[in-house]
Amino acid sequence: MGHEQKYVDKKYEVVGTRFNRPDGIDKVTGKARYGADASAPGQLVGRVLRSPHAHAQIVKINTAKAEKLPGVKSIVTSADLPDLTGGDQGLADILENCLARGRALYDGHAIAAVAAVDEQTAAKALKLIEVKYKKLPHVTDVDEAMSESAPVIHDRIFTRGVEPKPSKPSNIAARTQMGYGDVDVGFAEADVIIEKTYKTEQTHQGYIEPHACLASVNPDGSAELWVTTQGHFVFRNVCASLLGLDIAKLKVTSSEIGGGFGGKTHVWGEPVALALSRKANRPVKMVMGRDEVFRGTGPTSSTSIDVKMGAKKDGTITAAVAEMRYQGGAFPGNWAMLACMTAFACYDIKNNKSVGWDVVVNRPKVAAYRAPSAPMAAFAVESTIDLLAKEVGISPIDMRLKNVAREGTQAPYGPTYGPIGIEHTLKAVKDHPHMRAKLKKNQGRGVACGFWFNIGGQTCTDLNISVDGTVNLTLGTVDVGGSRSSMAMIAAEELGIPYDQVRANIADTTSLGHNDMTEGSRGTFSSGMATIFAARDAISVLKQRAAQMWGVPEEDVIWENGQAIATGEGHGNLPALTLQEIAAKSGRTGGPIAGHNEVVADGAGMGFASHICDVEVDPETGRSSIVRYTVVQDAGKAINPDYVEGQFQGGATQGIGWALNEEYIYGDDGCLQNPGFLDYRIPVCSDLPFIDTKILEVPNPLHPYGVRGVGETSIVPPLAAVGNAIANATGVRMTHAPMSPPRVLAAIDAQENAG
Amino acid sequence: MHRKMRVSLSSTFQLADGPGSTLDVQAETIAEMMASLTDRYTDFAALLERGVAVSINGQIYRDDWTQAIPADAEVFLIPRIEGG
Repeated sequence: MGHEQKYVDKKYEVVGTRFNRPDGIDKVTGKARYGADASAPGQLVGRVLRSPHAHAQIVKINTAKAEKLPGVKSIVTSADLPDLTGGDQGLADILENCLARGRALYDGHAIAAVAAVDEQTAAKALKLIEVKYKKLPHVTDVDEAMSESAPVIHDRIFTRGVEPKPSKPSNIAARTQMGYGDVDVGFAEADVIIEKTYKTEQTHQGYIEPHACLASVNPDGSAELWVTTQGHFVFRNVCASLLGLDIAKLKVTSSEIGGGFGGKTHVWGEPVALALSRKANRPVKMVMGRDEVFRGTGPTSSTSIDVKMGAKKDGTITAAVAEMRYQGGAFPGNWAMLACMTAFACYDIKNNKSVGWDVVVNRPKVAAYRAPSAPMAAFAVESTIDLLAKEVGISPIDMRLKNVAREGTQAPYGPTYGPIGIEHTLKAVKDHPHMRAKLKKNQGRGVACGFWFNIGGQTCTDLNISVDGTVNLTLGTVDVGGSRSSMAMIAAEELGIPYDQVRANIADTTSLGHNDMTEGSRGTFSSGMATIFAARDAISVLKQRAAQMWGVPEEDVIWENGQAIATGEGHGNLPALTLQEIAAKSGRTGGPIAGHNEVVADGAGMGFASHICDVEVDPETGRSSIVRYTVVQDAGKAINPDYVEGQFQGGATQGIGWALNEEYIYGDDGCLQNPGFLDYRIPVCSDLPFIDTKILEVPNPLHPYGVRGVGETSIVPPLAAVGNAIANATGVRMTHAPMSPPRVLAAIDAQENAG
Repeated sequence: MHRKMRVSLSSTFQLADGPGSTLDVQAETIAEMMASLTDRYTDFAALLERGVAVSINGQIYRDDWTQAIPADAEVFLIPRIEGG
């Protein structure tokens, strides 16, 4: 049945109020089952042997001694995962990342894996696997990897997007260019021009729950996988392709998830666990240690960015250029391309040009991290805008408002914006009491803006009404941020029943049609749309059943406030039938009552945010403390404001960690020096003040309730907001993130020494 | 009868045998537009493999190729993005 996707303004009963999440009790009492909380009779322990070298040829792997160890049931290498990818290079890269094929491409690259009866035996077996390596030259820095003298990691990579086409391979996978206008003309019109180079270091998503799964493959080709993931349907398809399984015979169940933020959109050890199970003919449970999560799974890119911007004395930005170099780890990505699409997206700049270089280095394969690539570009652009504002003598907010993108502005990636909320967020920031709060000694305030696209995608939802009138809502988008609560609220809103009458569950892959990943801030947008449509399907069945119970024409029945009402001539005096009354009779009026919807939920509205940050810098140590922080973001429509605020706060917190502390530190040997939370420090509650939030609602025209995604945009502004605040506190402009105490102290000292 | 329309390419997309940054096609839906472009330009299929989304009057469609394209709509082909 076709349903209308367009936004309709209406009053809500349930949507927009605040309810606790249905999974809350299990989570606070420790009953929730995460990736490591499953077990099966006869299960084995899976462990992975990882490369100690940044780049090395694997001359020989000898597993004979390990195989003879009592208790070892299977050992796999790349020979046990033959290449079935059929020329799909993206899939082939995933396969090679799961288990090295002839070369170790980074420190921590998986080389072999073992399944044994217990942890001790598996650990012992790993030590008995003999790997003969021949070390190769390595490169881990993005700028060095682009130089002529850098060791070339893949001889199959010829830079895409340059003319003439290169005749020899390099580490530069692609060049991307976005923008419009004539930047030379724009700079000629400028009264002030600022040019700066910025660097950002590699960070990890830092989810608390490590990757974990339980895999079981049967000799008949049927299999099960219990896994912590952001998208079990996509995991099913990828794993089935890599192992040569029939998709329908692989049942994947998503566990509760202890954070993902993009890092659980990729398969890492899951195909290996399935291969071990297939070989051993027993279930295999595999749980990564924290060091494996850091060394072996996808962090975000480290970057190097040049920005040049020019403005007139009245604050009009006349031209902007960004040249952005992003490393994707050992395999090509499109991370710099995303930076090109987002760098200037908050502004209406007549002449703008972004050039992106996607580069490979000897580091783990980069994965998406909340609004991937946008925070680094925003750090460079938003820092430069503050410098421009200072130079022309306009406040940072007025400078941004002067150049803000609106409906009708051409986006840097080409199209014209529809209704967007960036101007609303800036005006809300300007009027916010935070902006008028007094600052103390050594404190400074910074503002910054951010943009992310948001996406929709394939979604499939079932809604079943029980005979007592309670409702099961069956979803296929993994709940990573409280979406079960929001979906139950939407179903309650549509059906006209209380929230606590709806129970939302995430189904396994055999119970629903395909659902895309919970990524790109799509969960509430797309599953929300499917839930609305499934509920409307169910309402049409409820009306038909009521008509049958009354013996009146179906077209004379309407649905209001959770009950069927007969409106036709001659039967207007019939008493209304509630959902419960209709459900109770369903067995005798045609059987179970259900609604269903499958949809490609396109038309996700863009997300914009503006942040305010107050920081205090200790001039003796260079340590920066966040004193106050406010997030203002357009949510389109907040279904459950509690969880929208939670997303805003979570994104800001991760951005602050990136701004102040978090970084991958590599030694000269190309090996990661800090693969643990002691040396890679993420913010904890005691590091931060309460993060204030303000939800704005500029409806998305292509969602029935006006919903936009909210999960990612809030990580985009913090790096620059913190940098701008530090600049205002100290007079020192930081161009290298994280702005950790040693870097800030060195910059303060350098400024003092310069006189 | 298919409608004539002008399709703009994101500056990151280049077609070796294309006329430049805009292409004229006749189509009613995204699917028809994609089919027409695949027939006419030899390397358009490779572009689709890399991932293409369609912006119609500023709204981005990644997957729904049944979407009708209104008359006089602004149509852009842009890279297909994912998220975190």
